[in-house]
Formats: sequence, C-alpha cells, structure tokens
Amino acid sequence: MTGTNESPEPTSKNAVEISGMNKWYGNFHALVDINLTVRHGERIVICGPSGSGKSTLIRCINRLEEHQEGSIIVEGTELSSDLKGIDQIRSEVGMCFQHFNLFPHLTIMENCTLAPIWVRKTPRSDAEKTAMYFLEKVKIPEQAHKYPGQLSGGQQQRVAIARSLCMRPRIMLFDEPTSALDPEMIKEVLDTMIELAEDGMTMVCVTHEMGFARQVADRVIFMDEGQIVEQNQPKEFFDNPQNERTQLFLSQILGH
Amino acid sequence: MNSVSYVRTEMASVRPAPKMYVGLVAWARENLFGGWLNSVLTILSILAIAFFLVESVPWVFQSSWTATSLRGCREAIAATYGEGVSGACWAVIRERYLQLLYGFFPSDSYWRPNLTLILLFVALAPILFTRFPRKMLWFSAAYPFLGVWLLWGGSLWDIAVIPLGLAVGCAAFFAIARAFGSLPGIIGAVLITLLFWIFLAGPLAGILQGIIPFLHLESVESAKFGGFMLSTTIGVTGIACSLPIGILLALGRQSDLLIVKSICVGFIEFIRGVPLITLLFVASTLLNIFLPPGTNFDLILRVIIMVTLFASAYIAEVVRGGLASLPKGQYEAADALGLDYWKSMRLIILPQALKVSIPGIVSTFIGLFKDTTLVSIIGLLDPLGLSNAIRADGNWNGIVWELYVFVAVIFFVFCFAMSRYSMYLERKLETGHDR
Repeated sequence: MTGTNESPEPTSKNAVEISGMNKWYGNFHALVDINLTVRHGERIVICGPSGSGKSTLIRCINRLEEHQEGSIIVEGTELSSDLKGIDQIRSEVGMCFQHFNLFPHLTIMENCTLAPIWVRKTPRSDAEKTAMYFLEKVKIPEQAHKYPGQLSGGQQQRVAIARSLCMRPRIMLFDEPTSALDPEMIKEVLDTMIELAEDGMTMVCVTHEMGFARQVADRVIFMDEGQIVEQNQPKEFFDNPQNERTQLFLSQILGH
Repeated sequence: MNSVSYVRTEMASVRPAPKMYVGLVAWARENLFGGWLNSVLTILSILAIAFFLVESVPWVFQSSWTATSLRGCREAIAATYGEGVSGACWAVIRERYLQLLYGFFPSDSYWRPNLTLILLFVALAPILFTRFPRKMLWFSAAYPFLGVWLLWGGSLWDIAVIPLGLAVGCAAFFAIARAFGSLPGIIGAVLITLLFWIFLAGPLAGILQGIIPFLHLESVESAKFGGFMLSTTIGVTGIACSLPIGILLALGRQSDLLIVKSICVGFIEFIRGVPLITLLFVASTLLNIFLPPGTNFDLILRVIIMVTLFASAYIAEVVRGGLASLPKGQYEAADALGLDYWKSMRLIILPQALKVSIPGIVSTFIGLFKDTTLVSIIGLLDPLGLSNAIRADGNWNGIVWELYVFVAVIFFVFCFAMSRYSMYLERKLETGHDR
C-alpha cells in the first residue's frame, strides 16, 4: 500500500536528528544530553520506567514541550521558537496520545477532515475521501458519522491514528497509545500500528508493549532518569541486555 | 467435595416489573411521598400554592379595565363585586400600555420600532437555529445598521458609511498585511478606518444623499426613547456586543503575552469591582467633562457602551471557566495537527468551551437585560422609570402592583424565552457521553 508514503521526496537523510538536547522543568533536569537519530522508515520503540522522560522526549519532537539546550532537527528543519515553522512541522508529524484526545464535539469524519481542510487547504470532498480511506484502513468506516463519545476506547484510538494519517505525515509519534485501554482492546490498536509499520511509516513509539517492540521495532531505546541508558536491536535488547537498570526493568515487566 | 461447582442448564425467563414500580403510582411514590419528610413537605407545598392562588386569583380577575383613574377603578370594583373587595385596576395598563412599550416615541412612527423588532427575529433566526438558510446571515450582518436607521431615523446614507468604513478597513488590512505582515496590517487598517469615518464619511453621506435622496426617515432624538423599546434596544445591543468582547477578554486572560494578559485581567477585575450604577453615572455625567466641549455624544449610546463593557467582563469570566474545563489534551491535539492559535481556538477550543459555558452566558445575558432597568436612575425612561412617571399623574397616584406586575410579566417572557433557548441549545449540542 502506498497511501502513507506519498509525501514528497525526503528533504534530508534523517527524519529526526536530536543532538546534545537538554530539558529542565524549573530546576528538575528532565532530559539529559539526548542524542538520537531516526532514519526515514525506521521504527523505534522507547521504553522505561514511569517518570524516565520518554513522553517528554517524543513531545519535544513536535514541540509540545520546548527544550532548552541542544538541537532538534525534524525533516531538515531545526525546532526554534519561530511559530510559523512550528505549525509547518507539526503538520508533517502525526501524534497519537494516551487519552486519544479526539474532539468530542465533532463527528469521526469531521475529526479526520478538520486538519486537512484547515491546514492543508484540501477541498472537502478530497479530504473526506482520504478520511474514508484511512478509516477503512483502521477498520471502522461504519463509525464515520458517530461522535467519539459513542465509540469504545480501542475504536477511539484507531480513529486518532486515522486522524493523524489523514495529514499524510512523514513521521508518526505514539505516546503510550495502549496504556489507557482495556486489555481486549489493546490488540486491535497494536494490529493497526503493526500494519502501519509494515507500510514503511517512520514511527517513534513510547509503549510498554514488549511484544510489539519485538515484532516491529528496528531499535529499542531504554530510558531512565531522563537519559538514554541503552539502545539496541530488539532481539539483542531483550535477550542480552547490558546495563543493569535495563536488566532490572525487563525482569520486572516480563517477569510476571 | 464438589460444592463450588455450578452449571446453569437453562436461562431464567425475564418478567415485566411489578405494577407499583412503574407508571404514575411509582412516580408519585418516588417523587411526592417517598418517606414521611417528603410527604409532609409535599402537603405543605400544596397548601402554600393553594393559599397563594386563593389570595391572588380574585385580585387579578375582580378587576376594572375601563376606569380612567384609580378612584374610578375602586368605585367600579365596589359596584360590580361589592364593597370591600380589592381588585386589580388594569385600566391603567389599558390607558398607558403604549407609553410603557414605546416611551415618548412619536405615535405615527410606531411602525418603526415594530418593524425593527420583527426584523430582529428575522436576523436572529439563522444565528439561533441552524435549519435556516446560511445566506440569511448576510441580513443578520446588515441588521444592526438597518435597526439604527429605523429607530433613530435620518438619512440611510449616514448609517451606511459606517459599514463602508469597516469594508475599507478590511481591504486595507489585506493589502497591508500581504506586504508588511499582520501586525502593521491591523494597525494600518484601524487607522484608515478611523480616518475614513472622521474625514470622509460625513461628506460622502452628503453626496450620496444628494444623488439618492429618498431614503430619509424623520429623526427621533434619544430623549424620546423609552419603555420596553428602550430596554430591548439597550439589552439586545449589549448582549450582541458583549459576547464577542467577553470571548476575546477570556482568551486574552489566558494568553502568554504579558501585556495582553495584564490589560485583560485589569479590565475584567476593574469592571467587576465596580457597581453598574457607578458606570452608568460615569456615562451620564462624568464622561461629558472629559469630552471636548460641544460634543454631542448620544446618551443611549453611552449607556449601551457601559452596559456592554460591564456584561463583557462577566462573560469573560464565564468563558474562562469553560476554557479551564477542557482537558489539556484538546489543546495539545489541536497543536499537534498543526492548527495555528486562532484556528485551534475557533474550531476546537471555543466550540467546546462555549458549550460548557452556555448556562453561565445566558444567566449573564438575562442579568444584563434586567439591569437595563437601572437606567431609570440616570433619567432614561425605561419601564420602571415610566411607571414612576405614571404614578406622578394625579389620576393614577398610588397605583403600584398593576404596573409592576405588567412590567414583570413582560420581562419574564423575554428572560424565560432566553432560558428555554439555552436549554434547547444544550440539548442540541449534546454529542453522547463526552470524552
């Protein structure tokens, strides 16, 4: 399938380049000397204990959080306080949140067409066609004219994914997309994400779903106390973790 | 030992609920007589309502509609219903209702406020109800100017140059903004609009009047306005203007820009800290001291400005409550999709915040509408001011209840309509269990 990768030629070699990046909340050093490069088409899973800065890190990539030191370059554009540039970058970077954050006053279809119409200036009929295409892809076209409040959590998260895809993003960020879901709904969301990964989307996922990491990730990154502690290919990462923090973490989440 | 094991072999059949738990009996049991305290309160309430009706209904109906003075009323009631019966003297309403409705507006021009009111409903229809054609909004946009012309009279051209100035301003904004960016655009547009109004509008209206002279209504000065016409004019204008100003103030108060935020907070806190009557006194007396001598700044316009500012401060706080009630995720999702500030406010945040704020906003509107009666204190003849004037007439000296009941009923109709509309709107905007 080609839908997700129709965007124009990549303008730089890497999707995201983060170097020497630091972030503080007041005096709390939330992210410490982060260096991370995400190549086009690469799938990265970030894991770590709560409060380790994984969400903060990916929220810095579309500047929902501002960093104070170092540089973040997304699709060849460095993130700075220039507002116009930010909206431009955000429209290229899709994001899915833990709590879905669908717009409850709009129908599913309107949720999916809003940004293409108002940001990309796509004609409404085209935007609706695109929306239907992605709603079919996440397997809920029949819900298009309902409101988010009428859908289950898993369905809402799939709509949120479709909503992001409608902007034809170059990169997708996932911020614990399955953490707020009931167990039987986690699979339907993961299946959607796996399919997306197989289509070649560049993905950065914060998640605790280690099965997903094992199956689709090109690289797994382990963070603790705001620092990248270990990164490796999933097989190596899970079977042969080097750092003792990683070993402890893995034994805790895989041990039960 | 096998005692924890249980397997159902056949599903039990479902039955309708017993009679005493459904229907009228159940409703009364639950709502009127559900316990001894509840029952006692029900009986006391019924007694209280009965007492009120027994006392008031005869007064309302054993009344006189035809007398020409309060004394005449009393005699007529005594003659018809017997000595000692106290009845309402509705005759005063029959004699003076036109005055209560229109004040001292010239009686041969009553069609003008009437038409203005009818057109008001036409203009409101597409705003309040989405099933009316969207094209009607053009009429709604033109209505304020049309209404001013119909009420105050004069040449239509004097009014028409005002929106013309706005159009010139908009054109200037787009021209300047394209070349120099949006901030110079706004400043330039405001300047050009003001210059147009000050220097070009008057002569231009004169010229147009010379070319097409027939659109001229007899001028009516503000002093002749009164009664419900005055209340409605001030109330509707205040409501229409205070909502957008209030929303902007609420957004300003949430802004990251320090200056904007300080101005908004200062304005809101100042206005809320001052009684409306003080502002009205400022409007009626003090303002003249600050204006250049000889300026004739219409009193009703001054009052409308003050009432609008007053209401907008309250609206701002109500809307701020709505904004604060939205989860942060809504702002983040809008940002993450690449919507800029104004688009995310207009499309995502405000529709939800305003929906939450509807009860508070409508309460403020109702309060504003009722507060218009305060203008009687600065000498404008609103319905209450007029009822004082009517009592000053020797024929009606001493009449109280009838006038106030009449005024109260009309106010109630307006306010109740607003309240019902707000409930309709809340139901309409309901989209299943939110979030």
